[in-house]
Amino acid sequence: MTATLWRYTPLLLIFVIWEAGTQTGIISKWALPTFSAVVAAWLSLMQGGELLYHAAASLMRGFAGLGLAIIVGTTLGVLMAWVKPVRLIFNPIVQLFYPMPKSALIPIMILWLGLGHASKIVLIFLGCMLPVTISAFNGARGVEPVLIWSARSLGATRGQVLREIILPAAMPEILAGIRTALALSFVLLVSSELVIAREGLGYLIGWLGDGGVYASMFAVVLTVAGLGFVADRLYLMLMKRSLAWRE
Amino acid sequence: MTSDGGSGAAAIRVEGVSHRYLPARGKPVLALDHVSLEVREREFLALLGPSGCGKSTLLYLIGGFLPIGEGLIEVGGKRVSEPGPDRGIVFQHFALFPWKTVRENVTYGLAKQGLPRDEQTRRAQEFIDLVKLSGFEDAYPAQLSGGMKQRAALARTLAIDPAILLMDEPFGALDAQTRILMQEELLSIWQRRRKTVVFVTHDVQEAVYLAERVAVMSARPGRIKEIVDTRFSVSGPALFKSPEFVERVDHVWNLVRGEAIAAQGGAA
Ligand SMILES: Nc1ncnc2c1ncn2[C@@H]1O[C@H](COP(=O)(O)OP(=O)(O)OP(=O)(O)O)[C@@H](O)[C@H]1O
Ligand SMILES: [Mg+2]
Repeated sequence: MTATLWRYTPLLLIFVIWEAGTQTGIISKWALPTFSAVVAAWLSLMQGGELLYHAAASLMRGFAGLGLAIIVGTTLGVLMAWVKPVRLIFNPIVQLFYPMPKSALIPIMILWLGLGHASKIVLIFLGCMLPVTISAFNGARGVEPVLIWSARSLGATRGQVLREIILPAAMPEILAGIRTALALSFVLLVSSELVIAREGLGYLIGWLGDGGVYASMFAVVLTVAGLGFVADRLYLMLMKRSLAWRE
Repeated sequence: MTSDGGSGAAAIRVEGVSHRYLPARGKPVLALDHVSLEVREREFLALLGPSGCGKSTLLYLIGGFLPIGEGLIEVGGKRVSEPGPDRGIVFQHFALFPWKTVRENVTYGLAKQGLPRDEQTRRAQEFIDLVKLSGFEDAYPAQLSGGMKQRAALARTLAIDPAILLMDEPFGALDAQTRILMQEELLSIWQRRRKTVVFVTHDVQEAVYLAERVAVMSARPGRIKEIVDTRFSVSGPALFKSPEFVERVDHVWNLVRGEAIAAQGGAA
């Protein structure tokens, strides 16, 4: 516990410097509100319930989009690795879209799906699917043939080999790909909500910024950062547990 | 040296089989060159030969893991086209499922046979005990020593009771004592369950002791050089000191040595 505290002292130090810098006027209050003002704004946003309301909307969109991306991306990647027709059809598509900046899809999604949940969920789904697909593909391609042979000679059918051998053998790479997708989902979520939305944390940041309520705006930005951090830590914990067999 | 050796039909028939590996980079490797071999029903056949002569490759072809480019392989009178639980295999490098515990590894094939859950567990335990891994049922392969992994792989294959056992240096990672124990267990299973065994080893004495016939392969590209009958009138511990055993070991040794030298000459 104390070790964990020590690990995050540099972070604490930043907050201290922030507070000291703004209080003494070394950093202009117009550029950056004082840290204590941001904390106060955060507390009042929490009490008013706005923060929770917008956070819930954002998290729902994030989970839905990411969940879809994980299911479809993993299935597609594994099938691409071991079923040749699937590979031939999807390989060029994946290669073409992978390097494309996914934020370029934001206006298209809004045009097609409107301002509500659907446009954000589909955006996150499309953006996060490819990193998962590619890691699942690489993981599944890398499975040692003797593991597949073992399963087959123990009586497994081809389909069973796909689910019971190739999928778990590729799991370390798939989980690493999902971690990248998780971070990406936050980026896409907030930026799409910033562009246009009726609720969500990104929308709240934009709205507070336009209204000049900078302390509150910073409070929401910090909330997004904190949520991203917590999500990543939780994910790492889960990943460690499910890969315990690797020692 | 080959003799009639029982009138049993061929369990495995390998006829004029060649195998060429085509690595993604580099030249093709001719691993087997027109190999022909018959393994009789319920026979214990050992396969000896210098490293790299294609012993594992031959087992993989019989197992149905590699496509048969040239020649013909029949098992039980049927052409081999894919793997199946009639041919159990113990791989040289174990090939345990790393995300499954020892018990889950052993249960995997039993579940595929459709045994009820408690029967799976009972049978898995029986074979885990047989290979002396009691107490390690819930360990993952990464937590086991090389010899323990090898025994877990043995248990996994033996548990499904295949008619044909393909074994690729199955005792290679074991210490001398465990090795003797496992040899006795294998012989007893072979006698009780009347299996056909193809047993790859580097140990001449082990081959002559366990097998009814020893096939010696030539250096790469592999061919069958000679098949030696290794059934004896004596049995038990006295066998090791009997003149006929000593003479046969010596004969096989000379064959293997000749090939080992040829293999080195080829490599130099
Ligand atoms: N996947 C592969 N790609 C290319 N060449 C291969 C491959 N596997 C084996 N070989 C080559 O085929 C030959 C036979 O290999 P194999 O593994 O069957 O030999 P082995 O008799 O089992 O040797 P050992 O006693 O060392 O296990 C070797 O020369 C090896 O270099
Ligand atoms: Mg080998």
